[in-house]
Amino acid sequence: MRVDRRWGDAAVTVLARGALFLVFGLALVLGLTLLLRACPMLGSLERSTLLGSAWAPAQGSFGLRTFLAGSLAVTVLALGLSVPLCLLSALYLSEHASRRLRERVQPVLDVAAGVPSVVFGLFGVMFVVPGVAALGRLLGVPTTGYSLLAGGLVLALMAAPFTLSVALDVLLAVPMGLRETALAMGATRWETAWHVVLREARGGLLVAVVMGFARAFGETLAVMMVVGNVAVLPTSLFGPAYPLSALLANTYGEMMSIPRMEGALMSAALLLFLATGAVSCAATLVLRRMRRLG
Amino acid sequence: MDLNERPVIPEPVPTITEPPRAGEAHILSQQGTPLTDRAALEAPTMVSVKDLNLFYGRKQALHGINLEVGKNTVMALIGPSGCGKSTLLRCINRMNDLIDNVRIDGHVRVGQSDIYAPDVDVIGLRMRMGMVFQKSNPFPKSIYENVAYGLRVQGVKNRAVLDEAVERSLISAGLWDEVKDRLNESGLGLSGGQQQRLCIARALAVKPEVLLMDEPCSALDPLATSRIEELIFELKRDFTIVIVTHNMQQAARVSDFTAFFWMGKLIEVGLTEKLFTNPRERMTEDYISGRFG
Ligand SMILES: Nc1ncnc2c1ncn2[C@@H]1O[C@H](COP(=O)(O)OP(=O)(O)OP(=O)(O)O)[C@@H](O)[C@H]1O
Ligand SMILES: [Mg+2]
Repeated sequence: MRVDRRWGDAAVTVLARGALFLVFGLALVLGLTLLLRACPMLGSLERSTLLGSAWAPAQGSFGLRTFLAGSLAVTVLALGLSVPLCLLSALYLSEHASRRLRERVQPVLDVAAGVPSVVFGLFGVMFVVPGVAALGRLLGVPTTGYSLLAGGLVLALMAAPFTLSVALDVLLAVPMGLRETALAMGATRWETAWHVVLREARGGLLVAVVMGFARAFGETLAVMMVVGNVAVLPTSLFGPAYPLSALLANTYGEMMSIPRMEGALMSAALLLFLATGAVSCAATLVLRRMRRLG
Repeated sequence: MDLNERPVIPEPVPTITEPPRAGEAHILSQQGTPLTDRAALEAPTMVSVKDLNLFYGRKQALHGINLEVGKNTVMALIGPSGCGKSTLLRCINRMNDLIDNVRIDGHVRVGQSDIYAPDVDVIGLRMRMGMVFQKSNPFPKSIYENVAYGLRVQGVKNRAVLDEAVERSLISAGLWDEVKDRLNESGLGLSGGQQQRLCIARALAVKPEVLLMDEPCSALDPLATSRIEELIFELKRDFTIVIVTHNMQQAARVSDFTAFFWMGKLIEVGLTEKLFTNPRERMTEDYISGRFG
């Protein structure tokens, strides 16, 4: 009996460890594959072409700067639009709304977070793009509507349920006692939220935002459908942009037909991979630092 | 509470006699010394609860409570779990307002004001009260900012005033010597007992008229507990204290008066030593001697 249980324990340990290695191993293999395939383009001569902004595969220029800028612009815009709104809504739901309202909203969020991105893309094409075009006309800016702004809006819409849901979980995890203590000292609800709840929850909220960033940065389909996909540096909200992920999805078919295209695309994929990884690592480090300082 | 009650001649209390520990020497100065401060009997009323009924939804949690707490005395609330001690405590600073579906009728007066009158400023009322919870819960702020928080909420910005209040409160809470060199470090870096004393200091900083404590020692080891008990004993010089406790010895050690609750009803209230040596009600006797609850 005793021996059996010990064996069971050991087996579970081995299994769990194996699973961990498998997950890490797959990520590692993925990274290494990208690196190897990108190698031909990472040589010293080619690096300058990769970092440049000219994209003309037929002429042999594979500048990725435009696409990196496109990804960053769409992501930052999306987060700029959605994060403040999500944080405020989450605060409202956790600090002020009745439990009944909260319990109705939560499942809606979960459903919304699971909607496939192509649906958001379609919504964007049908409503957001015409909306942006109309706004452009109103402001006297020539635009087709397929633009950075449309991409940012669709991405913000897509990221919102997820960010809001995680932020709400984080806020609800703040111990009730902390709120009660502040309230018992005569703080108002919003003072309590600002001084105590947000402060206690800031680490978790940062993680929520960063997870949102990593997801948005890599998001492909919905953005691709509305962002215009013209390889120019994004300079105007109403002009088109071309994110890295969209580049990969649009051109992987030509990979074999154009010389050195594969290396360029693999470099783009590597960039995407490293950028999201780096952001997550940075968040973890900041979080750890914050824990230490309390 | 019957303030005309004759003081009874104290007798050694069999259920609560244990040799005084070093830290308690000045509380139980000699064996058999009355635990209750005689002056408590003449104290003017600070908190008065009249015909208080409280309902959580349809469920009645308090039934017609009448209770008075004298200024600068310590009132202990005891009784089995779920009998309504915390609920009553939270009526005194209107914390029950925060719960949905609570209905309250009756009157509670603190000092001169009827705190359930319609025009009462609840925020202002809470500023006059201090509350310490069962679980120590420092804010995720520095030790200094924890203690200063109540004054900051009241709009105090003057650094000298804040400094004075922080030092005074930490001294009263018996924590000053341990933390005076690290006031800017996080309050979360303290030990459990220190954290609870920090929470007490935080409550004291605003010089509350009434200090409400809900099982403040239940998560602490005996040493930390006895420090806080000493503290309560000293604090009563300046404050009026209502304390919920599950620990009979603690009630006997720190309080002047004890109120025994059962199923939302106040069964008996009186001088602590009388209630513990010679309870009027059979139920009280059973409870304090550990026969139920
Ligand atoms: N928020 C609430 N909603 C509904 N019922 C509640 C709520 N809080 C307390 N009660 C009920 O009111 C009664 C009194 O609870 P209370 O917390 O005051 O008991 P207590 O004497 O403090 O118990 P304990 O010693 O376990 O802390 C209990 O029956 C409890 O279930
Ligand atoms: Mg309780």
